Amino acid sequence: MALQPAITEIDQLKDSPAVTALQSASLIESAKFDRDELTIYVNRADIRRACEILRENTQTKFNFLSDITCVDVFPSEPRFEVIYSLLSHLRKERVRVIAKLPGGDPSIESLMGLWLSANFFEREVFDLFGVRFVGHPNMRRIMMPEDWEGHPLRKDYPVEGYR
Amino acid sequence: MAHLNPTPVLEPAQDRTMILNMGPQHPSTHGVLRLLLEIDGETVIKCIPDIGYLHTGIEKTCEAKFYQQVVPLTDRIDYLCPMTNNLTYCLAVEKLLQLEIPPRAQYLRVLLNELTRINSHLVWLGTHALDIGAMTVFLYCFREREQLLKIFENVAGQRMMTSYFRIGGVSLDPPLDFWKKVKDFIDKFSDRVDEYEGLLTANPIWIERTRGVAYISAEDCIELGVTGPTARGSGIDWDLRRDMPYSGYEKFQFKVPVATEGDVYARYLLRVQELRESNKIARQAFEGMPEGPFKAEAPKVVLPDREKMKTQMEALIYHFKIVTEGFAVPAGEVYQGVESPRGEMGYYVRSDGTAKPYRVHMRSACLANLQALEKLCVGRLLADVVAAIGSIDIVLGEIDR
Repeated sequence: MALQPAITEIDQLKDSPAVTALQSASLIESAKFDRDELTIYVNRADIRRACEILRENTQTKFNFLSDITCVDVFPSEPRFEVIYSLLSHLRKERVRVIAKLPGGDPSIESLMGLWLSANFFEREVFDLFGVRFVGHPNMRRIMMPEDWEGHPLRKDYPVEGYR
Repeated sequence: MAHLNPTPVLEPAQDRTMILNMGPQHPSTHGVLRLLLEIDGETVIKCIPDIGYLHTGIEKTCEAKFYQQVVPLTDRIDYLCPMTNNLTYCLAVEKLLQLEIPPRAQYLRVLLNELTRINSHLVWLGTHALDIGAMTVFLYCFREREQLLKIFENVAGQRMMTSYFRIGGVSLDPPLDFWKKVKDFIDKFSDRVDEYEGLLTANPIWIERTRGVAYISAEDCIELGVTGPTARGSGIDWDLRRDMPYSGYEKFQFKVPVATEGDVYARYLLRVQELRESNKIARQAFEGMPEGPFKAEAPKVVLPDREKMKTQMEALIYHFKIVTEGFAVPAGEVYQGVESPRGEMGYYVRSDGTAKPYRVHMRSACLANLQALEKLCVGRLLADVVAAIGSIDIVLGEIDR
């Protein structure tokens, strides 16, 4: 199969309910449809509202938070991309919501109020990337020891660790 | 380290309660799970899981490897179902490459994946029953598991860390005696499941220990991110094999068992049903196994046959290039989820166009399922904690990665 170019024009993605729902609340910064997967970029201040709309809207019904993770694109800015994977059991569809965070102040609102499953996912991202989730009741390290220095999955952290 | 930290994470709220530290070396925590339990008499009033004892930084290691070198790392995440992890990673990279997989490779993957699921469920059944006090089941389960491990050894050369799947197909066509071994297993396995059921299903002690224990509702499952048999035991009719098929699962006929009771007994019955269904899928894959190539026709990605390498110049060049400098994957990002024996196993892979993945993230089913443990244990007796841990079937290697 030849690789199809990604669709990045929001107008061409109008038939996706997720795009329409977020567009009507004007929360979309950009969107792309690549390799059969829809990605929506939102401002970090809007992340909770965007997820709430995707969950509650009767056209989208993304009722399940399957994953939260992060990518460090060091040294470019904004440095962190926090990635939320939502799943709709009813419509059998996935969507990926991405919020970009600056390296100087990597913090974003917690989704604990929407899904309790965000608990461990957010703690893991905090532990390994140093991204703070505002409103998370228990923002402690989860994988690494409590007194560990640094955040191992950042790109400026050596693979072999500091010796 | 968390376990060396002298300050206790949990303080008793009242004078009458006490803190009990369970694990990480407790035999029925299925690995190195540590639980901080606050108990009032024998009733659990708080349960905090402490994880990270097996954290090896696999996600970080992946970033320093070529795409094909990541496959053996994925085995080590979940050592009870290595093939499922191989499959998820391969599917994710194949999606990035938009690579088409020949039908024989797809069927082989489905066959081995279902045998792996049986393998994993057998270990679960044996150890879960052992935890609760039924010793015999363990011996029966491991008898069949031994048969399966021999099949895996036959096909991959390794009993547990198989690394049999490759990006673009599987590593080798199975040897001839593989088919006979698989047929022996599939033909007899249904009777074996009857044997396990004969030991447990109507056993009054088993029922007493499991029925009504560790209840979780469907809403809580969604809220806490629980997937797999644990969620289906509470009435969530969701199975990725049926609902978002991958690797040719849409061609197979199988039922997805669902229960509504949401207790340990329901989850037990459901997994036993899954054993039978997996056996059915394995039989369909075995009987319908198509002829043809077992890896994709993509010389820049898939290693050539030995025979071609010795006769064709191009094959030798491609082999050398793949092994020494890997293969470039077009930039992009994908998420691939599959139904592992424990729930939704997902791989998020991002490529920046080079031969090494920019980021590999594993969505662990166990990590999410573990969050439900508090819900399962609070208000129940201390002895039920062991039954609850067994019933959500966690593997700590997958939780900590």
